[in-house]
This record gives sequence, structure tokens and C-alpha cells, in this order.
Amino acid sequence: MSNTKYILGHFEDPDDMMHGIDRLQENNITIYDVFTPMPIHGIEDKLGYKRSRLPIAAFCFGLTGTCTAFSMIYYMLVYDWPMNIGGKPSFAMPDFVPIMFELTVLFASFGMIITYFFKNHLFPGRAPRVMDFRATDDRFVIAIDARTNPYHDKIDDLLKEAGAVEVLHNDRKYVSYE
Amino acid sequence: MGTHNHTHNFSQQFEFTGKPKTWSLIAIVIGIVAIAYGFLIDTSETHAERTFANLLLMGYYFTCVCAAGTFFLAVQYVAQAGWSASILRIPQAFARVLPIAAVILVLICAAGLFTHHEIEEEGVKVSAPLLYKHWATHGLADPASEHYDEVIAGKASFLNVPFFLSRMVIFLGLYSIFAMLFTRFSYNEDLEGGMNNYQKSFKYACIFLVIFGFTTPIWSFDTVMSLEAHWFSTMFGWYNFAAMWVSGLSAIALTLILLRKAGYFTWTNDSHLHDLGKFMFAFSIFWTYVWFAQFLLIYYANMSEETVYFYERWEPEFKPWFWLNIVINFLSPVLILMSRDNKRKENLMMFVAILLLCGHWLDYYMMIMPGTVSKHRTFGITEIGIAIGFAGTFAFFMLNALSKRPLVPKNHPFLEESLHHHI
Repeated sequence: MSNTKYILGHFEDPDDMMHGIDRLQENNITIYDVFTPMPIHGIEDKLGYKRSRLPIAAFCFGLTGTCTAFSMIYYMLVYDWPMNIGGKPSFAMPDFVPIMFELTVLFASFGMIITYFFKNHLFPGRAPRVMDFRATDDRFVIAIDARTNPYHDKIDDLLKEAGAVEVLHNDRKYVSYE
Repeated sequence: MGTHNHTHNFSQQFEFTGKPKTWSLIAIVIGIVAIAYGFLIDTSETHAERTFANLLLMGYYFTCVCAAGTFFLAVQYVAQAGWSASILRIPQAFARVLPIAAVILVLICAAGLFTHHEIEEEGVKVSAPLLYKHWATHGLADPASEHYDEVIAGKASFLNVPFFLSRMVIFLGLYSIFAMLFTRFSYNEDLEGGMNNYQKSFKYACIFLVIFGFTTPIWSFDTVMSLEAHWFSTMFGWYNFAAMWVSGLSAIALTLILLRKAGYFTWTNDSHLHDLGKFMFAFSIFWTYVWFAQFLLIYYANMSEETVYFYERWEPEFKPWFWLNIVINFLSPVLILMSRDNKRKENLMMFVAILLLCGHWLDYYMMIMPGTVSKHRTFGITEIGIAIGFAGTFAFFMLNALSKRPLVPKNHPFLEESLHHHI
């Protein structure tokens, strides 16, 4: 038994890589993940990815912003320190709307960024998780979990047949922790 | 993913026969009957003014939807958009109806200005025109007259009948010329191929957008805002533009969905619908944004010459409709169209498109009625009949224009992109 944890197939051409995904899937080999230097149309459907739930998080953050703004202004202008502004009642709802709108946008956008960073382990000071550096440059990489897919030679052959220029057997998952 | 195998018939043409033709003709007849009812049979005090207000409302709405179709074309050309290439014949059909709509609107305004009736204002009998009585009544700008109005006299160099009508004719004439140019380029493209016609469309679209951007606010100031000539708002033009654009997009979406249900436009998919849904969603929020921008400044400054506009709309006759307007045009699209999946559901999109079209009818109703019939506001045969009549007129001319050419601009440079549109 080898120490290989992940098998990485390097492709130079996205079409070859898409073909490689097809070949692996035809042979019932589960793909751990695919890394590409640019977005590739239709790849999520091919890999069976679920849609991101980020919009739901954004909605919740936005709603939090609206409520925060409303309670903040209500506390300041109506409850704690009512002032006579232009002879209007303290609880002048139309005046609240722009601030409520702005805080909704602010909370939704910051909330989305923080959620995205959190999910992708991209906090400042934290080493990023990268399985192959060249996937951020000029290579299209298919990663296969070597522990759950036993026939490593067959995987190598399939990747090479599909046009892989290089097949790596990595002993560790992330190369970026050195 | 059915678009990957090209089995669609791209020379397919819409056949304007059967039910759509019958129903649009019936709707036109209903409209004519309603106009006749409003002028001749209805005996209430303001019946003629009310009929004219409704004619203006629907004439303006009709022209706005056709102008929005032209604007849609221009925006797609200038943005060099690919997704819309396979549905462009629908806004092109709208654009082809624009000259007809423009003539109808000019006729309505001219007829309203030149027909008079007696009204009593502050104890004085006045012979006022049926439309635009606030500035077009004779003697308002004449210091010697007993009806002299200083505010209106100050605006008389802009708001006078010859200049008003010539402005309207020039603006609508310009829009119509560009509308005809865009459709002609697209049809020439079908015959000749090549990039020549597309590049010309791009160039003329740039010119059109500049003209349209500067003249639509003035057009709406003239046609709608001058009904209450003592009041003015600089936001009004954009507010009207937003209403025009949302209702135009809803009309495009509704036409596309109905034609898909009838077995046409088989090459469009739910991604096209999704994009139209995003447009409707986004510009409903834009509409609310300008509506609120106009409202908030007037509310905050609280100057009586400005607040009078909302004061009138806050009277018991209008108050429920004032709120309903915001519920239909803001809350419903926001809540219904926010989710991605909902924008892809044909029946739901159809419902929202119809709702928004009705909503913007109400929006125009709220703009026009307080300045015309004011306290005698009614909702009955005249309103519904004239709305149906104009919807029928629009459907008849638009579908007729659509049936004249193939449903796909087959030499459009971005057609392939549109056929494979997937988001």
C-alpha cells in the first residue's frame, strides 16, 4: 500500500480536462475536486455540485442590517433623545428609509465577504489551502482521492489517455503548508 | 439543453390568425364602445374630462411601451449584448408600432387641447380645455384677464399650445424614425448578412440613447406633469422613465411567454426568461428608488407648493390606491422575483408581468387623475373599457408587425451566443 493520498491529473487544455472528467465518471471513479485558473462553463453541472447557498446568507445578513438600522434610529431619535426636526414627529418613518437601505447593503455585502472567506479558509494570517499551485496559473487539475479509489494505475491511464500532461501522486493533501 | 442540437425552424413566422386576432379585435371594439359611452351616454358632470384623462393615460402608456421596445433594442446594440439576439424580433415589433402609437397620442393631446367645456372656478365661469386646463385655459397668462395666474404666466413661454404640440411631434417623430431605422437594419441584415447593418445599428443606437435620455424627461414633463402645471419636480422625468422601462420589459416578457406557450420561440430557454426576470426585478426597485427620491425630498422640505402633489394623493379618494401602487409595483416584484428559481418559472413570470402591467396602469392613473378629474375620481366602464381597447390595439398592431418577418434575425452576429444562452 502506497502513501499516496491524492492523485492529481494536470491538463493544459480545458477541453481535454472535461474529456478526462467524462472518462473518469464513465469508469465510476469519484472526483474529489477540480481546480482551474479560470471559470469553465457547465463544470458545476458535470460534477454535480449543488448551488451555492451564499444568496440565502446574503438575505439573512441584509435583514439583520435593516433591523439594526431601524432599532438604532428608533432608539436614538424616538426613545433616547427625541428632537424637533422641521416640526416633524420624532418617528418620521420616511427619513429612516435611506439609512435602513444603506445598512442593509452594508451588512449584506460585508456578511457575504466574511462568509466567503470563512468557508474558503482565507482569513488573513492563515495559510491558504492549495492542492496544486499551478492550478492558479496555467494548468487545469483534476484531483482524485486515492484512499477511496483503489485502482491507481487505471486512474493514471485514464488521465493520460484523456490528454493529461502530468500525473502527480501526492502524499499530502495541501502543498501550501510547507 | 435542447439548444445544442439545431432542430429549430429559424425561418418560422408568426401566423396572426385565429384567437389572438379575434380577441384583439374584440378588445378594440370594447375600447371604441367605452369611448362612446364616456362621451355620449355617461351623464356625470365630468364625463368628457374623465374620458379624455383615460385616453391620455392609455395613449401615453401605449406609446411608452412601444418606446421602451425601441429603447430595449438600442440598449442591446450599444451593450453588444448576445443573450437577447434570438428574442429581438419582439421589441422590434414594439418599435414598429411606435409611429402608430405616437400619432394616436398626439391626436389625443391635440383633441383635448382644442375641445372646451364650461367650468366654474372660484365663482367665475371659464371655458377650459378638456386636457391641460391648468395651463391651457385662455387668459391665464394675460394680465388683463380676470383669470390671470402669475405662476402660469411665468411658465407660458414653455407651456403654450404651439410649442407644446411641436415638442411632442418632434420628440415622438425622432423616436419613430430611430425605431424604423433599427427594424430596417435588422431586416436588411437578414437579407444581406455581414456586419455592416449591425455596425450601423450600433452607431444609431448610440445617437438614439443620447436623444432619448435628454428628451424623455421633457416628454413626461409635458404630457403628464403639466396636468398640474403649478407643481413641478425634477425627478418626475426619471420616475416616468422607470415606469416606462418596467412596463416595457414586462410587456416583452409577457409577449415572449405567450408566444412560447403558442409553440413559437422554441429556441429560447429558461435562461432568457431569467434575464428578463432580472431586468423586471431590478427596474422595479429602480422605479421605487426614484419614486421615493421624489417623495422624500418633498416630505422633508415640506414646502406647500411642492407637497400639494402628495396632499392631493393623500385625500380619501386616492389614499388606498396610493398604497396599492407601492404594494404592486415594489413589494410584489421584490418578494416574488427575488429567488432565482422563481424567475425561471414561466407561469409565475407571466403572473408578475401581468401584475406589473396593471400596476403601472395604476401608477399612471395616480399621476394623471388628480390633475384632471381630481375629486370626481371614478373607476368604472370608461377606465376598464379604454384600457382593454388600447391593450387590444397594441396587441393587434404588434402581432401584425411580428407576423411580417421571420422570428429570428438569422444573420445577427451574436445569434449563436443567444441560442446557447445558459446562466
